[in-house]
Amino acid sequence: MDSHSSALPPEKQPLLSPLAWKGVGLYAILCLLVVPLLHLLLDAHSPWHISAYFINLGGKILCYAIVAVALDLIWGYAGILSLGHGLFFALGGYAFGMYLMRSIGRDGVYHADLPDFMVFLNWKELPWYWTGSDHFFLSVLLVLLIPGLLAFVFGYFAFRSRIKGVYFSIITQALTYAFMLLFFRNETGFGGNNGFTDFKRLLGMSITTPEMRVTLFVLSALTLLAALLLCRWMITRKFGRILTAIRDAESRVMFIGYQPLWYKLTAWTLSALLAAIAGALYVPQVGIINPSEMSPANSIEIAIWVAVGGRASLIGPVLGAITVNLAKSWFTVSFPEYWLFFLGLLFVTVTLWLPGGLISLLSRLRKGES
Amino acid sequence: MNLSLPETSDTFFQGNSSLGHPLLPGVLDTSHRVILYLEEVTVTFDGFRALNNLSLAIDAGELRCIIGPNGAGKTTMMDVITGKTRPDSGSIYFGQTIDLTRMSEPEIVTAGIGRKFQKPTVFEQHSVFDNLELALRGEKRVRHSWHSRCQGEQRDRIAEILETIHLLPMARQQSGALSHGQKQWLEIGMLLIQEPELLLLDEPVAGMTDEESEQSAELFLSLAGRHSLMVVEHDMAFVSKLNSRVTVLHEGSVLAEGRMEEIRHHPRVIEVYLGR
Repeated sequence: MDSHSSALPPEKQPLLSPLAWKGVGLYAILCLLVVPLLHLLLDAHSPWHISAYFINLGGKILCYAIVAVALDLIWGYAGILSLGHGLFFALGGYAFGMYLMRSIGRDGVYHADLPDFMVFLNWKELPWYWTGSDHFFLSVLLVLLIPGLLAFVFGYFAFRSRIKGVYFSIITQALTYAFMLLFFRNETGFGGNNGFTDFKRLLGMSITTPEMRVTLFVLSALTLLAALLLCRWMITRKFGRILTAIRDAESRVMFIGYQPLWYKLTAWTLSALLAAIAGALYVPQVGIINPSEMSPANSIEIAIWVAVGGRASLIGPVLGAITVNLAKSWFTVSFPEYWLFFLGLLFVTVTLWLPGGLISLLSRLRKGES
Repeated sequence: MNLSLPETSDTFFQGNSSLGHPLLPGVLDTSHRVILYLEEVTVTFDGFRALNNLSLAIDAGELRCIIGPNGAGKTTMMDVITGKTRPDSGSIYFGQTIDLTRMSEPEIVTAGIGRKFQKPTVFEQHSVFDNLELALRGEKRVRHSWHSRCQGEQRDRIAEILETIHLLPMARQQSGALSHGQKQWLEIGMLLIQEPELLLLDEPVAGMTDEESEQSAELFLSLAGRHSLMVVEHDMAFVSKLNSRVTVLHEGSVLAEGRMEEIRHHPRVIEVYLGR
């Protein structure tokens, strides 16, 4: 048997290459030490000071990057394009937003026990589905439970009916649109088109202090790292090889004895959970959640980050989310009317001339060197 | 109320050996020599009868070739056997007891039927080795896929198959880079590694060089006996080389069956197929 072993590939695949581990180290130093300290310790006039604006922007983009990684797992590796990931992101955000709303207490405009929008609607008591939103841990559980359950049930019926490709994408798009309309209604009980805002506290502490800002930023950075490592671990397992096999030849996967349904459903539900966690981290940092987060355009934008960064690479989508969103925050200030044209142009350019995304540019450079 | 069962029922359920042998659910029973039965199977697509009262039986260990003009129903027949298409009427049994019309594709595979598609279908982004690893017989559930490692015996088994299909030197290569004929072989290897009882091969030598096709004929002949094979092929020279029983399909049912020499001189076969 040993005569073959030279021809066969090695038994173990490492989780990350040595280079990638160095990247992880650099990322950790930067996001967990350098940035927080530069914000907290330095005087606002110092040239090295990182302003609150940038911490917030950074935290927001890190959350977007988590969603991009989540979409890459399901689109890049399993070949299932979801154009509704914004829904899971928003539901996670809403679930945590309920807790933030309840934490306002009597400090709202009407100084009432109920959230302001309920007072405004003349509601006398909290609807039943708000029970539990007073407790932090129950709310965190809801962040996972609601989007997870929705994704599981929706995915089960969609994959069992063998809905694939464009049809699946369109249905996810319709799903997020339907939820947006539902959440726009005041009667739904989530603040209608204004959504939730004016948050005051988190776990009893003020939400606007630099310490809280940095804590949320660091938490987002850690979650992104954890999401990346988790997805990377999954795709280096046999699970990941089956997932890509489903993407490339699903009928063959069935005809070697696997039920693709359960593989797709596992990846799909995990992906939705990651998006929901990102949403929950996002809401306290931007201070608002409303139904526009569920608009179809938002979900399409997530797919653009992944495509621009490079599918099936995990790190590519992170790069894509950062690049596109930095460009967006600059564009929407300098030339707001041209932003959508630029985004469209970027997407077309990448699709036509750089199908592997930005990340393929890097690997091309590295090949050029060696 | 005190109902007494008829006395015969006791001995019936205990399984009297003189009545035959015990039938185990889900276990292939080829005690009557036949491994696959198709009985009066009909499949209709929008009024078009792709299979028309088709009846066919394959013996255990047999190598059977299926020929017939385009649209004769060869691929549809493979589809109904493997669960991809459900028949409108008729029955399909694997051995004496396993009803294939009630099973899903993966269940049919697990029961012991492997299928090679007309167009070679391998996982192009995976290495040749990984293709075979995924096809290995064994636990196929998600739970198992997290910690499954390919080691020891399994690696030996893969190496053995790689040698059989002449792809050992390419083990680490991406399978998308293989030639058409090599992909055909890889797909056949993915079937063999599951040790199926019955192999369905849809045009297995399409796109192969003469030498590769020669080697394939040798491979299939060596498999017959241990496995049952059903080969759908257009290449008459290849079918002659296999020297097996041949079934001619025409308009969804069997037109003729017999040795290649008999088929060649069958007037109806000449008329609808060979003559053209």
